[in-house]
Amino acid sequence: MMNYASGGDPATPAAIHATALTVVRGGRTVLRDLAFDVPRGQITGLLGPSGCGKTTLMRAVVGTQAKVTGTLQVLDRPAGAAELRSRIGYVTQDPSVYDDLTVRQNLDYFAAILDPGRAAAARRRADVARVIDDVDLASHTDALARTLSGGQRSRVSLGVALLGDPELLVLDEPTVGLDPVLRRDLWNLFHTIADRGTTLLISSHVMDEAERCHRLLLMREGAILADDTPDALRGTSGTVESAFLHLVDEANARAATDRQEAR
Amino acid sequence: MTSTASTEAVPPRAASFSPSRTLATTARVLRQLRHDPRSIALMLLVPCVMLLLLRYVFDGSPGTFDTIGASLLGIFPLITMFLVTSIATLRERTSGTLERLLALPLGRADLILGYALAFGLLAVIQSALATGLALWALGLDVIGSPWLLLLVALLDALLGTALGLFVSAFAASEFQAVQFMPAVIFPQLLLCGLFAPRDTMHPVLETISNILPMSYAVDGMNEVLRHTDVTADFLRDILVVAACAVLVLALGAATLRRRTP
Repeated sequence: MMNYASGGDPATPAAIHATALTVVRGGRTVLRDLAFDVPRGQITGLLGPSGCGKTTLMRAVVGTQAKVTGTLQVLDRPAGAAELRSRIGYVTQDPSVYDDLTVRQNLDYFAAILDPGRAAAARRRADVARVIDDVDLASHTDALARTLSGGQRSRVSLGVALLGDPELLVLDEPTVGLDPVLRRDLWNLFHTIADRGTTLLISSHVMDEAERCHRLLLMREGAILADDTPDALRGTSGTVESAFLHLVDEANARAATDRQEAR
Repeated sequence: MTSTASTEAVPPRAASFSPSRTLATTARVLRQLRHDPRSIALMLLVPCVMLLLLRYVFDGSPGTFDTIGASLLGIFPLITMFLVTSIATLRERTSGTLERLLALPLGRADLILGYALAFGLLAVIQSALATGLALWALGLDVIGSPWLLLLVALLDALLGTALGLFVSAFAASEFQAVQFMPAVIFPQLLLCGLFAPRDTMHPVLETISNILPMSYAVDGMNEVLRHTDVTADFLRDILVVAACAVLVLALGAATLRRRTP
């Protein structure tokens, strides 16, 4: 087989490949029969209203979600494979860091889990320094996470996910509650990371962030409404937001006629 | 063309146990504690103050202080470590750091042993302080070796850590976790022989007390109190406590799921 170097080439296998993906939570089907691909080396936005199943989908990709059926291949391995744990960086919606540790101590600990042993100490130090720089927390390295602002804490959480330079980054609403300047800086960082060849899957319910993604998955009530580039989605409607609303209306109308026919 | 910068080095496989990950976890737990000096002070000083109090409560009957004091030296570490571990692991579960850790190449044994080591170290310090105070300042009359007292105290601490870890899986909040203390610890406290000799209890209660691990912790302490050398009963007692701790730790490990609903 040929080995294609460029990211996003149709011939390279997708970073995430799903068919017939279904997730049941508490007796309720949260994700129903999804089929999609997330290309490598690009930023794929996962958009949809709160409660549509974005987090469940991300947890399934990371391998922390129970009761996942169907096919879900992540970096050519079944999702949740032990080998993937050091190749994926995952940021949960709420910052999951230790509040009673400093920024550096948090990063040091997670780095020691990813790359353990005394021999790796120098590599870990360089990695932690790079990450602190990436998330722009150099002036707060010795501050306890508890004393940081919401935006700073979520950047510590993001920093933890960047440790070890993972091939796939799964970010659950990483920019929620951040001011416009920080949001812009973070999206610039995401693009820098993608340019290095990393695949990013980023969820958001803010439609204007869609414009900054290479591809979009629009979700609603556990189903994928659209899987396309922002340009193609904008096409007829002008903005991604109006395209999304149009698709939702269509889906609602279809559901209504289905119900009528069922009667 | 710039080549992709992804690291080619194959990361080490996620083994179920890795000493360096365990020690990193221990160091992290101790670092967290260091930012909370008040908790450390409470953990170390409260048992000492209780012993001091008890000594003068039984001012007129030093024999009673000997029995109860020795029993308490075994009970304090169990209770403290139970509380500390249940809250600490609950915080780990609710803050999302547990989910994050289990999505990383960290073995469940690494996490549990990391915690057990950190709190075990604290328990050693606590027990050493309490035992030292009881023996040399408060005149607790122990015939056996103080090292054996310390050994039992350490095993009790381990048991407390194990129980705390286990119940944290069933608590949805820190409020609930604290309520598990009376639910799990108090019955054992009543039935362990501290208040009445176990063989004078109602036969049903005596049978129950024969099952509960704290009874063996207290019996072990009393063996050291009365005998100069290591008795067969003492060995049986510490083996039961150690086996219970290992069993409950294994049950606690089973409650750490990588995949959750």
